[in-house]
Amino acid sequence: MTKVLMQGNEACVKGAIAAGMRFFAGYPITPSTEIAEGSAVELPKVGGKFIQMEDELASMAAVIGASAAGVKSMTATSGPGFSLKQENIGYASEAEIPCVIVDVQRTGPSTGMATSPSQGDVMQARWGTHGDHPIIALSPSSVEETYRLVIRAFNLSEKYMTPVIFLMDEIIGHMREGVEISNDIEVIDRKMPSEDQKENYRPYDCADGELVPALAPMGKGFYYNITGLLHGGDGFPTNDNEVTGRQVLRLMKKIEDNRADICQSESQDMDDAEIAIVCYGGTARSADEAIFQLKEKGIKVGMFRPITIWPFPEEDFLKATKNVKKILVVEHNYGQILLEVQRLAKNLPVEFLGCINGKTISPDEIIAKVEEL
Amino acid sequence: MPSKLIQKYMREEHLPHIWCPGCSHGSFMRAVAVAVDRLGLDHDKVVFVSGIGCSSRSAGYMDFNTIHTTHGRAFAFATGIKMANPELEVILFTGDGDASAIGGNHLIHACRRNIGITTLVMNNNIYGMTGGQYSPTTPTGEFGTTAPYGNIDRDFDIAELAKAAGATFTARANTYDLNQATNLIQKAIEHKGFSLVDCLSICPSYYGRKNKKGDAVKMIQWQKEHTVSVQKAQNMTAEELQDKIVCGVLCDYDYPEYTEKYQQIIDRVRKD
Ligand SMILES: Cc1ncc(C[n+]2csc(CCOP(=O)(O)OP(=O)(O)O)c2C)c(N)n1
Ligand code: SF4
Ligand SMILES: [Mg+2]
Repeated sequence: MTKVLMQGNEACVKGAIAAGMRFFAGYPITPSTEIAEGSAVELPKVGGKFIQMEDELASMAAVIGASAAGVKSMTATSGPGFSLKQENIGYASEAEIPCVIVDVQRTGPSTGMATSPSQGDVMQARWGTHGDHPIIALSPSSVEETYRLVIRAFNLSEKYMTPVIFLMDEIIGHMREGVEISNDIEVIDRKMPSEDQKENYRPYDCADGELVPALAPMGKGFYYNITGLLHGGDGFPTNDNEVTGRQVLRLMKKIEDNRADICQSESQDMDDAEIAIVCYGGTARSADEAIFQLKEKGIKVGMFRPITIWPFPEEDFLKATKNVKKILVVEHNYGQILLEVQRLAKNLPVEFLGCINGKTISPDEIIAKVEEL
Repeated sequence: MPSKLIQKYMREEHLPHIWCPGCSHGSFMRAVAVAVDRLGLDHDKVVFVSGIGCSSRSAGYMDFNTIHTTHGRAFAFATGIKMANPELEVILFTGDGDASAIGGNHLIHACRRNIGITTLVMNNNIYGMTGGQYSPTTPTGEFGTTAPYGNIDRDFDIAELAKAAGATFTARANTYDLNQATNLIQKAIEHKGFSLVDCLSICPSYYGRKNKKGDAVKMIQWQKEHTVSVQKAQNMTAEELQDKIVCGVLCDYDYPEYTEKYQQIIDRVRKD
């Protein structure tokens, strides 16, 4: 095992390639551009391909096309580009095409502040595309975790045949830290149908008890249709409400029923904590330092950090905060995960520390807020 | 009893199709099936890609690997597919609105890259699927539900647009001469690099009705009278050509195909 100094965005590329990414399509946007640049350099070295598309709509579409042809694919962007990708993210969700979408969040709304940090896209990651749909979103808090977690993002997308949002932020994207590059990683590949399924192949009719379809890559002699219209077992559009209802329900259930496998979180110093700080991504770094200093002062405070942002790790959260008296949500926005915490915390007082002006939330601000509680 | 062509290449269980009586989208879909058959393409290696619109429903009727994508984005999906597996013969069905309005940006960049995709634009001068709104190819002065007082936009010549953007093969076909259409589509598939056939389709339900063009037979008759071959056009004056649409191969030249160029990068990088 070797430890290498690298930037968060660079770790994202390295992890993606380790996970098997062999196609990247993107369009430059700060603070995500190094992911496109890194992919352009690294992919041909492993026989993979990079393409700079004409915009983010096209990048998202190309990624889905390449994945449908059997190649693990990723795109990366930030706020404005994330908005443009939304229609096709919904397509990937409905058509069940695995892919990873990296959003290195920057301050919004609109063009906002291109080089400033934010976590303002948390709700967009959940509900950015129209209609009811499942989504998985993961958020790393260190460069090291970026490397490992992007591999998990690919694994979850392949396992559950779904788009996965890799929700980074400017802090982590541009941070430089040492990363342990290990060859001992788990890589999951999508399920393949068996050869005897070629005749009358119905990929979207899952076997009894199964929620995830086995979609054959294009070019292997399995003929079927892929569409964003609600469809039957063979992928052909239908208006039969019973069939469409069943199809969308399975889509939701394949994520909902597998929360235990998908959801990850970290609890730090929560055993005797009276105050729980809930935070994630780059913001957790400031909270980490704040907690260290607060504990020196004898204040009983701990941290609950969702690593899987969507679906929100509800069970973990309830367990971790069972004995606390107060919760403080710290996030780089006007209050987004806050809503989720308020919904779950029920009778506990929930305080909030946010930031919308492009500054970084400092440990001192968190300390002051906790002392005020 | 369905024809051999239908049995071999189409999803019988999903026919009849959704198109209105007299719509000519199906004629071009058949022409593609004939061209694929004549070329003896490996069934497993052909992928049909389409956008959204009446025209784009064609992909779903073909019994191959088919992908019906989002409105205007078929070119970008197809680019990803071709990049992922250059062995695949990627054939794209689109409409005038899908290709030149919402998809216009993707179209010109696919042309510019000269990526190996064969595009059939079923150009009926209207948004058929949404009920007859004007499109970028609705002639100036004509009507649509959103051009109730006459269209003031200038119309695109999609084949010219593609050529100017870098497509290395462009052609125009019409519904009257489906033999010619089939031959042109065949040539377009055989061509290496980005090829596009502007297929003059007819939409009697909306474009026809809104502009008092008569029924399908009348509309096809109109095409017969107003189209000339490239060869014939060469000996005609500008005046004679004024109300004519030129059909046939409009441009055809060699330029390296995109995925082959990328493969050279891979080979070079991996050798170093
Ligand atoms: C993003 C988006 N905008 C609008 C629509 C609605 N829409 C569906 S088909 C269509 C027009 C299709 O026109 P054309 O490509 O000419 O195909 P035709 O139906 O005439 O064959 C429109 C506007 C859509 N499906 N998606
Ligand atoms: S509306 Fe027009 S384009 Fe659509 S199926 Fe009917 S005739 Fe064809
Ligand atoms: Mg049209």
